[in-house]
Amino acid sequence: MHKEISRKELLKILPHDDILQQCMHCGLCLATCPTYDITKLERSSPRGRIFMIKSVARGEMELSESFSEEMNFCLDCQACETACPAGVKYGRMVEAARVVADEAGFGSKMEIALKRFALRRIVASRKALKLFSWFLKIYQKSGLQKIIQKTGILKLISKNLFEIETLSPVISEKFSDTQIKEIEMPEGEVKYKTAFHFGCLMNTMFADINLDTIDVLKKCGCKIITPKDQVCCGSLMGHNGDMKFALELARKNIDAFDKHDYDFLISNSAGCGAFMKDYAHLLEDDPEYAEKAKKFSSKIKDITEFLSEEKPDLNLASLNENIKVTYHDACHLVHAQKIANQPRNIIKSLPGVEYIELEEASWCCGSAGIYNVVRYNDALIQLERKMKNISNTGAEIVLTGNPGCMGQIKHGVKKFNVNVEVIHPITLMKRMLQLKQAD
Amino acid sequence: MNSSTKEHIKSIVGSENFFDSPEDKLVYSYDGTPIYKQLPEAVIFPESEEQISQVLKLANTEKFNVVPRGAGTGLSGGSIPVENSVVIVLTRWNKILELDTSNLTASVQPGVVTGILQKEVEKIGLFYPPDPGSLNVCTIGGNVANNAGGLRGLKYGVTKNYVLGVEMILPNGELIVTGGKNMKDVAGFNLRDFIVGSEGTLGIITKILLKLIPKPVQSITLLAYFNKLTDSAQAVSDIIAAHIVPSMMEFLDHTTINCVEDYTRIGLPRTAEALLLIEVDGRGSIVQEDAETIRKILTKNKAAEVKIAEIESDALLLKTARRSAFSALARKMPTTILEDATVPRSELPLMIEKILYASKKYDVIFGNFGHAGDGNLHPTCLTDDRNQKEIEKAHKAFEYIFEEAIKLGGTITGEHGTGLAKKQFLEKVAGSTGVDLMKKIKLAIDENNILNPGKIFSISPKCEGSLPKRREQIKDFNA
Repeated sequence: MHKEISRKELLKILPHDDILQQCMHCGLCLATCPTYDITKLERSSPRGRIFMIKSVARGEMELSESFSEEMNFCLDCQACETACPAGVKYGRMVEAARVVADEAGFGSKMEIALKRFALRRIVASRKALKLFSWFLKIYQKSGLQKIIQKTGILKLISKNLFEIETLSPVISEKFSDTQIKEIEMPEGEVKYKTAFHFGCLMNTMFADINLDTIDVLKKCGCKIITPKDQVCCGSLMGHNGDMKFALELARKNIDAFDKHDYDFLISNSAGCGAFMKDYAHLLEDDPEYAEKAKKFSSKIKDITEFLSEEKPDLNLASLNENIKVTYHDACHLVHAQKIANQPRNIIKSLPGVEYIELEEASWCCGSAGIYNVVRYNDALIQLERKMKNISNTGAEIVLTGNPGCMGQIKHGVKKFNVNVEVIHPITLMKRMLQLKQAD
Repeated sequence: MNSSTKEHIKSIVGSENFFDSPEDKLVYSYDGTPIYKQLPEAVIFPESEEQISQVLKLANTEKFNVVPRGAGTGLSGGSIPVENSVVIVLTRWNKILELDTSNLTASVQPGVVTGILQKEVEKIGLFYPPDPGSLNVCTIGGNVANNAGGLRGLKYGVTKNYVLGVEMILPNGELIVTGGKNMKDVAGFNLRDFIVGSEGTLGIITKILLKLIPKPVQSITLLAYFNKLTDSAQAVSDIIAAHIVPSMMEFLDHTTINCVEDYTRIGLPRTAEALLLIEVDGRGSIVQEDAETIRKILTKNKAAEVKIAEIESDALLLKTARRSAFSALARKMPTTILEDATVPRSELPLMIEKILYASKKYDVIFGNFGHAGDGNLHPTCLTDDRNQKEIEKAHKAFEYIFEEAIKLGGTITGEHGTGLAKKQFLEKVAGSTGVDLMKKIKLAIDENNILNPGKIFSISPKCEGSLPKRREQIKDFNA
């Protein structure tokens, strides 16, 4: 009896029936779903998953292992939201369903533990993440990595563990938050008052991208405030069933930035930008933070969004020869933030760049937060498809605006032996800027 | 269904292709049709003709029903399970077997997605015109079974105009091959055309031979806004009377325009009462001339604005926006009941007036759009299937609309099929002699009535068991 009551409480986490009812099961989402494409089974489609969630919420079906499995098989890439004319909020439904399934004790215990521990204890704590990154760096630098990779010790323990180990990106020489001043000023007059969120992965694994971003923004005439007390955006926790913790982080970020005067809050990480834009919605029932969150979210701009809308004159130099460039849409830019044309416009406007559109550019690469770690093999199917398309363009550089995608595609470069450089659009711009300054 | 029958089916298709968990049964209990749903006993993905044949033979001896299914985007309930049924899903039969560039034909498996086939044939300069709204998802097999139409119906016709041959497994398990690559063939009854539109009641289609045509070289897309709905309908009649056959002539009303704009944000005017999306295609200067004549007719009929899409990507954007209309309407209300009453195109203005009247009389909200050029309208009732009273009102309104359509010489369904949703109206349009003949044919082919029974019509005494229930008949859930 007691269990029944708690089950009922649990189901309250699922979205209200009015929201679930919005899906009129027309099936237009099916063609865009990477998991349906693999199995061709309705249960692996957005429409099927919504129907399962609806039935569980209405008490017409029991929670089960296969319910949990389908919810976690989903990449949460939200391509279906882009395809849905009815505007169904699928992402929110599936994320809530994961929480319900996890809490009810279904799914892989390892997976849940990994999600909770890694995300709460390591990623969310800058100190722990740095410590972890230091270890990783020493491991990568000391030659121990090469020895371990060569001897194949990890392969003996588990094939997956070996694969995941090679997935870990190279840790940056210096973390970016120690190098970026709390207030950075442009050389000339201040044209824009901006603030900067440096992210977790960007800060430790892709620190150079953060430095490039600052340099390009300064060149645009931006004053940039980077509060030292900012924290992780919380997206990885939110998407993986730990919304309570994610909201604590959201409030901390709002407090950290609220003290400063700025018009745009720049993010160069698609996942962070998308989640911070969502604070307004996530905190709408919090009497203390609702208004502040609304203001905070309204100022968030992805770096490509900012550059494409404000069109600052950067006077970039073309790199030596004509370079062939393609672009991969990060799910959290194209589907979550509906930013598709802005980065393309910027890339096309760069001097000496031949832009080649990538086939299936908005198809998920399999990174999907920590999906490629917890479900390596499922993610690999998507990665292989992505690398094939990238290879077909003949491009020398593939640009993408999310650290997760960059890590995954870099892994794909090694795994499938594709000769292409994976960088953030801002890095390409920085190179052109440097060249100009060297002139 | 007893477990030994299930085991037998499993041994035929293999356990990896057999599904009967509560989750799997649930997600095949519906298709794109609102309100109707029923759980099957099992869902199978057979891998060969032989497996399908054996399952059908078993269905006859063990007395269970079989329901074929493609992508499940149908709008009349054709692929919704009936009592004691096994669903046969054909989405994995998705190979294009041959593109014959000498005879201009394509041989395909039934699970090929319509939009994918179109892209493939267009790569080699050919064209497969039928384009139902769900073309990126729906399968050719489903298109053939329902004789699907689409936006280009007015100039290029519908699926039946492109089916040259069909291979099908009959309910008794035998395979028949009809038609072929001959452009002319009058040997015996035309069984091929008879299969097209039979809604999965006569056999399970396993292979289809399609006719292809050369891809039109040029096209021009026009967009016109009107402040009065009837002006737009008159413009449509005038264009046809001027002996111009556009490749597309689509109509959207005020409600639909706003829902589509909410989704696409391509700048449709929110105040307009009606919108016409027109495309002319062909070769040479005729295309330009036709577009100019149409522009004049639109202006004469008080179009508030006429635009011509400058680049192909703009035209594509507009067509994609139009295809989203049905689902976009769900932004307003959670249940959208889409019908496709069709009238001779000269009666279009009158039919639109009847729909507006029905909306007032029965106090229901309609979003209206459709293929104005061929008289195929999609009056869509915006409602909530959790509210029984609203659903009753909607049904009364549709009853009125169907009756008025028939009075105007029209029909109850132009392209979605009869299925479950419209079978109660079939006799009104086909007559009792017509429906009786259909039943006799069905029983001659499917003597035990095991294949998709209860669709299109019910055979009495009812041998198909109870049929999918509407939401209001299902025990209410604990909301």
